[in-house]
Amino acid sequence: MKKELAVAALHSGTVIDRIPSNALFKAVKLLGIENINEHVTIGNNLDSNKLGSKGIIKVANTVFSNDILDRIALIAPTATVNIIEDFEVVEKKPVVLPDTITGIVRCGNPKCITNNEPMDTKFHVISREPVVIRCHYCNHAVAGKDANVD
Amino acid sequence: MNKNSLVSISDINREELEDILARAAYFEAHPNNKVLDGRVVATLFFEPSTRTRLSFETAVNRLGGRVIGFSDASTTSSSKGETLNDTIKMVSNYVDLIIMRHYLEGAARYASEVTDVPVINAGDGANQHPSQTILDLYSILKTQGTLKDLTITMVGDLKYGRTVHSLLQAMQYYNPTFNFVACPELQMPREYLEFCNERGIKYSLSEDFSPEIINSSDIIYMTRVQRERFADIMEYERVKDLYNLENSMLAQSKPNLKILHPLPRVNEIARDVDSNPKAYYFDQARNGLYARQAIITRALGIDMNAVKEKAIEL
Repeated sequence: MKKELAVAALHSGTVIDRIPSNALFKAVKLLGIENINEHVTIGNNLDSNKLGSKGIIKVANTVFSNDILDRIALIAPTATVNIIEDFEVVEKKPVVLPDTITGIVRCGNPKCITNNEPMDTKFHVISREPVVIRCHYCNHAVAGKDANVD
Repeated sequence: MNKNSLVSISDINREELEDILARAAYFEAHPNNKVLDGRVVATLFFEPSTRTRLSFETAVNRLGGRVIGFSDASTTSSSKGETLNDTIKMVSNYVDLIIMRHYLEGAARYASEVTDVPVINAGDGANQHPSQTILDLYSILKTQGTLKDLTITMVGDLKYGRTVHSLLQAMQYYNPTFNFVACPELQMPREYLEFCNERGIKYSLSEDFSPEIINSSDIIYMTRVQRERFADIMEYERVKDLYNLENSMLAQSKPNLKILHPLPRVNEIARDVDSNPKAYYFDQARNGLYARQAIITRALGIDMNAVKEKAIEL
């Protein structure tokens, strides 16, 4: 029996799948979805064999750069990216966490210089499984899933 | 960004560390040495720290340099809302070296990235204070004749005490054995224990400042337990006097034992220890001058061979 799609199929664009449910809305924010004028479908708490529960983001007629996609590796390292053309998956790739993350995460240490000076933040990835990042400036470490991306 | 900046002890490798210690030994023998003739050094103390500032300024003066700066940010443009970036860029036009202390963590790292003038971190909040570590190492080297194979006992606040964290990191090259003596709330953080595990550094954790630990130590590094670290004041009252050192506790200690403390102390070292020849904390503070002369000359790229040759000529 063909599995029923919980979210409508996409003619062309990008599907970001296997996002942990609790990271979905952070992923939406990191990808800048709110500024996209194309059709966007967001599903959450969908059944997943691997994750138990997952979120999915479908964006029509849009291909994101790897730089933007890799942002979500911090909070959703399990996410996969499918590029769709004419209802077919033409490319499938994982998100890859870079060694250094610049300007996305806010440092959780209120006494960090980055929270008190107009400047970009910078974090180094010190562990990939589980993801742990460390502030380049104040050395404050935080788990990727707890990173403040607001 | 200047490669001679010193923001954190982890910025320098073993060779550079030992170069700084060798410089310190030279300056102890020759404290007045006009190698900074014509140079201007800024001491930017956004947070007051009289001890550290006087030590750095004495070091510059003994090296023949000139000092400009401030000892309290309330008298500067930063109180008008000027960014650190702007203050550092402005000062960089005037000086050959910036020595800065700041209440914000990471301030010195950021400053070092926005200027080509070398920056020495004289303490950034609870984060890093590398000149303290250099003077601690120099004190250990001087009193023990070596840095290798020593048993170092760290006592008191090992959780928040940045001096013990940096010293632990710097000792990694010398096969130390550590005893970490603290109450569970203030015990050495896991990341530093992992640092030891990864490098095969031996350590023990203890809540008890026992005679066995004291008598096996080559160095006892005391730190102050600060009231503001405790959410529960009752807990502070319970532990505050558990890690006080008294002279009678040193009766069976090793002859080469030295007691270090970054100062200021409150009551964690009893006054009767001061007269014991094993008490080294006041001499340790004096070593800060030589350590800072060493750090300053390295930051300015001053070649010590040339300095020594000149000294011989004179």
